[in-house]
Parts: sequence; C-alpha cells; structure tokens
Amino acid sequence: MKILVGVKRVIDYNVQIRAKADGSAIELENVKMAINPFDEVAVEAAVRLKEEGVATEVIAVSIGPEKAQDTLRQALAMGADRAILVPHAGTTEPLSVAKTFKALAEQEGAGLVMLGKQAIDDDCNQTGQMLAALLGWPQGTFASSLKVSGEQIEVTREVDGGLETVALNLPAVITADLRLQEPRFASLPAIMKAKKKPLDSISAESLGVDLTPRLELVKVVEPPVRTTGSVLVANAAELVEKLKHDAAIA
Amino acid sequence: MTILVIADHDNCTIASSTFNTLGAAAQIGGDIDVLVLGGECSTVTAAAAAIPCVRRVLSADCELFAQPLAEDMAPLVQRCAEGYSHVLGSTTTFAKNLLPRVAALLDVPQISDISGVIDANTFERPIYAGNALATVRSHDAIKVITVRSTKFEAVAVTGGSAECLAIDAPAAQALARLVSRTEAKSGGPELTTARIVISGGRGMGNGENFVLLDTVAAKLGAAVGASRAAVDAGFVPNDYQVGQTGKVVAPDLYIAVGISGAIQHLAGMKDSKMIVAINKDPDAPIFQVADYGIVGDLFDVMPALDAAL
Ligand SMILES: Cc1cc2nc3c(=O)[nH]c(=O)nc-3n(C[C@H](O)[C@H](O)[C@H](O)COP(=O)(O)OP(=O)(O)OC[C@H]3O[C@@H](n4cnc5c(N)ncnc54)[C@H](O)[C@@H]3O)c2cc1C
Repeated sequence: MKILVGVKRVIDYNVQIRAKADGSAIELENVKMAINPFDEVAVEAAVRLKEEGVATEVIAVSIGPEKAQDTLRQALAMGADRAILVPHAGTTEPLSVAKTFKALAEQEGAGLVMLGKQAIDDDCNQTGQMLAALLGWPQGTFASSLKVSGEQIEVTREVDGGLETVALNLPAVITADLRLQEPRFASLPAIMKAKKKPLDSISAESLGVDLTPRLELVKVVEPPVRTTGSVLVANAAELVEKLKHDAAIA
Repeated sequence: MTILVIADHDNCTIASSTFNTLGAAAQIGGDIDVLVLGGECSTVTAAAAAIPCVRRVLSADCELFAQPLAEDMAPLVQRCAEGYSHVLGSTTTFAKNLLPRVAALLDVPQISDISGVIDANTFERPIYAGNALATVRSHDAIKVITVRSTKFEAVAVTGGSAECLAIDAPAAQALARLVSRTEAKSGGPELTTARIVISGGRGMGNGENFVLLDTVAAKLGAAVGASRAAVDAGFVPNDYQVGQTGKVVAPDLYIAVGISGAIQHLAGMKDSKMIVAINKDPDAPIFQVADYGIVGDLFDVMPALDAAL
C-alpha cells in the first residue's frame, strides 16, 4: 500500500507573528519557517506504517513555494521514500489543496492519505475531510491512534466527549492529532541520504487543478492585546477577597 | 437569505453551542431553518421547533444517523443545502468533521471558526492561534461556515413553534463504522459552557494531584481543564485540553494553575473575562494576560485557596 502524506510549510510555532502594516497579509519575510507540526506527526505515523510492513512506499507531498522543498527534504529525512512538490506562490485554500491531493492519490494509486488535522497558520481544519469527500473515501479525523487490519483501518479519534474509535474501509483519509506519534529527530546520515531521494515537481495545471484562492482576503490585523499585566496578590485569602470584590465568585 | 443551521446534539438535548451558532445566523439575517440529524431524536426536533428564531426544522431521524458518521451524513446535508445561502455549524468536533465534507461536495470553500459577522458575505476569523484576525469575503452562492460559540450570544431557547418536516433516510455509504466511544462524564459543568474554569498544567506533577483542582472546582461550581502538556503526560483525558487545538473557552473566571501560558494555550482562553494565574515562576508568560496572580508553589496555594473559600 502506498501512502501519500501532506506537508505544509508554515511559520514556526514559536515565532510571534506580525501582520503587515497595510493589513494585506502576515509578514513572511525573514521569519523562521518550519513543517506544520500536525503534518510532522502524520509523516511519523506514515513512516511507522512502512516500518511495520503495512505500507510499501511513503510519498511526501507539498503544495507551496519552491522553498517548500526544504519541508519535503525534512519528510524524506524522517523516512519518506520520495517527494512531490506542486509549486504555488501565495495562499493555498483547503478545497484546491484537496483537489490536488485527489489527483495525486489517483495518479499514484494510494491506499491511504495522511494529513495533519489543521495547519497552524490558517487553522482551517478542512483539507482531509474535503479530500475524503472528493474521493468518496471514509475519513478518520483528529486521529490519536491507528491500526491497519486487512482491508480496514481502525482509528481512534479525539472528540469533544473523549475518544471515539471507528473502523474505516481502505482506501481512507486520516488526519493526525498531535498525540498520534512523537515525531523523530532525523539523524545526520538520514539527512544526507534524504538529499539523494527523488523530489519531483508537478504543476497544478497538469493535474487539472486551479489553485487561485476563491475567498477574498479583505484584511488581516493583530487583535487588541490583553491588558497591562497582572496584579500580584500575596496569598490565597487575599485572592478570594479580590475575586469576591469583583463579583467573579460568590 | 435563508440559513440552514446543523444542530449539535446527543439525540436527547441540543448542545448549547448550537444556540450561539443560531446567534450568528441571526446576525447574518434572513430565515433560519435547523437541520437535525439523529436516531430516535424526536426530543431534539421538538426542542429545535421551540426556538423562537427558527422558521422550520428539517429532521432526518433514522437508525443510520444514531451514530454521527460524516460519510453517511454529508450527502444528505449536501442535498438539503440546495437553495440556502448559508450552512452553519458550531466549532465542535462533530461539525468540524462533517461540514468540510459537505463543502467539498458542494464545491465551495468553508469559512472555519468565525468570530464575527461583518455582512452576509464577509466574516472575521482568528488565524495563527488567534494572534491575527482575518476578514474574508465569500463570492460563492452557498457559504459553509463553522462558528466560534464564545463569540456569539445565544438565542432564546423556548417560546417558538416552528414547522417540522421529516426527511427520508438516505442509503448507507457503508464506508465507516463506529466501534466504540468513551461515555461522556457525568456531574460537574461542561468545560465550554462553565462560568468558571480551573485548568492545571505540567506543574500539577501527576493526575492524582488534580484532586487539588477538583475540590476547589466543586466549591466554585467550576469545570476542570488542562494544558496540552498535562494531557500529553497522561494526567487527564484529552477532552480536558484547552487551546488552539483543544477547546476554546471564555468563562467569567479562568484560573490557570501550573500553566506557563504558551500562545497555543492562550488561544483557548484569552477571551475569558477574568484570568487568575498561580505559578511559581514570576516570569511565566501567563502573568502577562492574568488580572490577578499569585507567585507561589501550587501545592501550598491550592490547599490555602480551598480553605479560604
Ligand atoms: C501545534 C501545537 C499545538 C498546540 N496546542 C496546544 C493546546 O491546544 N493547548 C495547550 O495548552 N498547549 C498546546 N500546545 C503546547 C504549548 O506550546 C505548550 O507546550 C503547553 O501549553 C505547555 O503546557 P504547560 O503550561 O502545562 O507546561 P509548561 O510550559 O511546562 O509550564 C509548566 C508551568 O508550571 C509551573 N510550575 C511547575 N511546578 C509548579 C508548582 N509546584 N507550583 C506552581 N507552578 C509550577 C512552571 O513554572 C511552568 O510555568 C501546542 C503546541 C503545538 C506545537
């Protein structure tokens, strides 16, 4: 079984982001970029399935700028076998990304597509569900554990009420939650080896997909910052006094 | 404008988030219908019909929907969505799982987690864990949207008498099957709707120590939450997690105990009316957003707080 795994290049989660002064976008110049943390978990989970002998090949896919090659190389260093870049400058939207993955999944004959449950830039949480709809496949979203048995995959999902386990017919789409796997650190030899692994570039056009955003971005602003810093109180009794005074507690 | 709101429910009662989502629908304006998908959910349909702002309730009450599988539900929602200008759901795991599947079938983008309605086509939503607010405009005939409950007032619950329309069950897709689900825990207020929330972080040390929060929570009528670090360490179950990738809460009072205040945690609680931080590190970032703080060891402070209440 071939696994396609999606990796998005985003601003590193430790960076304090800034909106451009004209409100047109988030500043991406000279900002540290990284693999979307949820995608990194998805890569780890895909590579584990290969190591367990369940998958035969792991193909990392990114839709993004030429620089997303770095992100793909990271996936290759973690153990993906080859990579595909679908070059696109500017914003990507989940629906067109899902269409791109659909075309690639069909072209590759993938049995499983694994994505992060959300990207930490746009926080959309849509792509996996959309892809599953377009392919007519079942979806195991917000996954915290996986087990493939025969023609089915059992997925434990993190839901509002706790955990839910579903059995999906393969082929299927999985979206990873953070607790699915702990991503490995790529060793130096693995990083060197990754440089020689194949990385193809396939245009969206050749896949019949239009990546032009459909939603109009009117503006992006930073939210008002909360307050002045806290008033320190000496002890619990004083805190209770304050909270009663402010009517926060009875 | 005609708006279709997908109800969140457990086949017995409508989730409170749905009333906030209806609040967002009311801000968009126009006729509002509610779609109830469930199995033996007649009380939910009746409750939906009693909501004064609702024009009509569409109810697909069938065996197939007793388990909320997106694979089976999405084609029906797609069919029902014809003719509506907006399809709305809440930012719950139910709707987050279902609605993008519906949007793709309709071939329209989804607008996730809106925090504001500018006009019928233009919405505000948090991005980058709430560190920026984007205003986006849709040019599509049907707008599929999920709504951040904490940002919209709930509508009135009773007093109406909407027309009810039964919808035939669709054929099963037979793509997925529910194997098991953890039972919702009983007792204590629900995290996302509680007036007071007390959350514990890595500083709690272990799961047993959460009893320090439970006792104070019981006295205050508070719900107990946690940081991701506390969940990852196995102190408490995943449904306690507050933050960018957990639940978003905005109670009157949020008490953070042994939580450093990472942006991903703040994303889930910084709209709380009042924030209290208890942390032994005076430089912890949580103190930058807290209204009151105690710099001290939680193992001293929490018993003292319990005693002072
Ligand atoms: C993609 C992504 C998504 C994430 N999503 C979330 C999310 O949804 N929610 C979330 O919470 N996090 C999330 N995180 C994790 C987040 O970045 C932080 O790692 C996490 O919030 C830290 O949890 P913490 O504050 O409990 O632990 P720490 O940062 O380790 O802080 C522990 C605090 O406890 C204090 N402490 C220790 N002992 C005591 C004591 N005895 N008395 C008093 N104080 C004490 C310490 O001073 C410290 O400030 C996410 C991270 C990523 C990368």
